[in-house]
Amino acid sequence: MIEFSEVTKRYPGGHEALANVSLTIAQGELVFLTGHSGAGKSTLLKLMAAIERPTSGQIIVNGQSLGRMKRAALPYFRRNIGLIFQDHKLLYDRSVFDNVLLPLHIQGLTGPDAAKRARAALDKVGLLGRERARPITLSGGEQQRLCIARAIVSRPALMLADEPTANLDDAYAREIMDTFLAFHQVGVTLVISTHDQNLIRRYGGRTLTLANGHLTEGAAESPAGRDAALLTP
Amino acid sequence: MRVWITHHLHSLKIALGRLRASSAASLMSVLVIGVALSLPASLYVLLANAQRAAGNVSVQPEITAFLKLDVDDMAAEQMAQALAKRPDAGAVTFVHRDKGMDKLRKAGLGDVMAGLSSNPLPHAITLAPTGADPERIDRLAAELRQHENVEQVSLDANWSRRLAAILAFGRELVWLLAVSLGIALAAIIGNTIRLQIYAQREEIEVSRLIGATDRFIRRPFLYFGLLQGLVGGLAAWGMVSLLIALLDGSVARVALAYGTRFSLAGLAAQETLILLGLACVLGFTGAYLSVTRTLRHFN
Ligand SMILES: Nc1ncnc2c1ncn2[C@@H]1O[C@H](COP(=O)(O)OP(=O)(O)OP(=O)(O)O)[C@@H](O)[C@H]1O
Ligand SMILES: [Mg+2]
Repeated sequence: MIEFSEVTKRYPGGHEALANVSLTIAQGELVFLTGHSGAGKSTLLKLMAAIERPTSGQIIVNGQSLGRMKRAALPYFRRNIGLIFQDHKLLYDRSVFDNVLLPLHIQGLTGPDAAKRARAALDKVGLLGRERARPITLSGGEQQRLCIARAIVSRPALMLADEPTANLDDAYAREIMDTFLAFHQVGVTLVISTHDQNLIRRYGGRTLTLANGHLTEGAAESPAGRDAALLTP
Repeated sequence: MRVWITHHLHSLKIALGRLRASSAASLMSVLVIGVALSLPASLYVLLANAQRAAGNVSVQPEITAFLKLDVDDMAAEQMAQALAKRPDAGAVTFVHRDKGMDKLRKAGLGDVMAGLSSNPLPHAITLAPTGADPERIDRLAAELRQHENVEQVSLDANWSRRLAAILAFGRELVWLLAVSLGIALAAIIGNTIRLQIYAQREEIEVSRLIGATDRFIRRPFLYFGLLQGLVGGLAAWGMVSLLIALLDGSVARVALAYGTRFSLAGLAAQETLILLGLACVLGFTGAYLSVTRTLRHFN
């Protein structure tokens, strides 16, 4: 599903956010991405979604080489990815419902069909009662869940979530993780970045660890590697 | 196809919403568009009316050839008949010297003539060439001047020529105004669209992140420009109509003082459609250029 070979990302200004990262993520996997603040987690996810371009190296997602992808093909590539952003990126000048409708409108789906799907997505994250509300009136956790609803409404095969449980108390974090797990069970590939070691321990998926832009752990899927990670204190 | 239609309806809805949401700013630019469009449109309408008025007064040029005094009735009449056969001469009238005298008397100049023992007037032939090609008329007059029987030729086409020149100048002015104001308008509309785009910056960014094509992002702005142009065109139409209504009374009074009736005509249905169509095209073009340029900056 996702393949990085010797990917380096240097931001304008010379800072190297990712250095020589190689990894593979198989279809249907649930992968946690962890590391200190500034380690490059967001950068890695942005590269997967072709929001940023690598300085060097090759990235293949969904069988498509991102380096060779034409600008015109980018929107259609993105439609297959459910993105959950660290800073939500909700539209505060429209209702909760309209925020969830946006991806469907972008794909040319309007009317009752679209409304039904939007409602189903809101139902999954427990926001069905808040359809008419403005996102600004929602709590942090509710905004996070709205972001998830928007990501799942177009039924993507791959979901990339950047710190979806940050600033949430334990109960909410668990609720959101349960939602993700439900998607994992129906075959959606999930990459979730998080600081929360408890969360990783509880859900026990494969873990990629970044430190100063270097991938220090979990580059390739290997049960042995996962066991070793579980054993280290 | 269905997707295509829903996309367009959706964009139109968004554009209408934005037009309503930014009503104060939109009203201003609509007024600016209206005024700018109404300038050439008013000039055009006034010119059309002037032309119609000139048509009423007959712009038909007339050539009068005064014959030499020693040309007798017979020769004069023969000459008139010969001229009448020419295709470029138009209606040819032979005015016998006695009839000329009558005309003068009727015009109230009888007293002046009373002292004269014999009729001092020459025979005259008037020609009313059809088709107002001034060069041909000039050539005809010059030919007449060469004729052995002719003493003098008077050509009263001068004022009509001047009028024609003024009208032609006016028409050129309409075009000049229309083109320069059209460019200015496209720029104005483009600028309001640019501001719109910056106001929607966040939405554009988010939309792109979740798979919106450039066309999807561009479409509501294009509709916005088109609508703004259309409303501006309607405003221009209103202004022209108002101008005509305001002027009509005084024009009619002036005409009445000269013993004629004249009423100003506004824009015809077809002309109104052209005005609105041009306004839409300008709005669309301004929006298109602006969106294309501004969105490129976003990446
Ligand atoms: N647009 C950018 N321009 C320049 N430098 C950037 C940009 N985005 C990130 N960086 C730098 O790249 C490094 C990695 O950033 P990144 O956002 O990937 O970290 P992170 O692991 O997501 O951190 P956090 O846990 O705080 O979200 C940081 O040092 C950051 O300052
Ligand atoms: Mg981050």
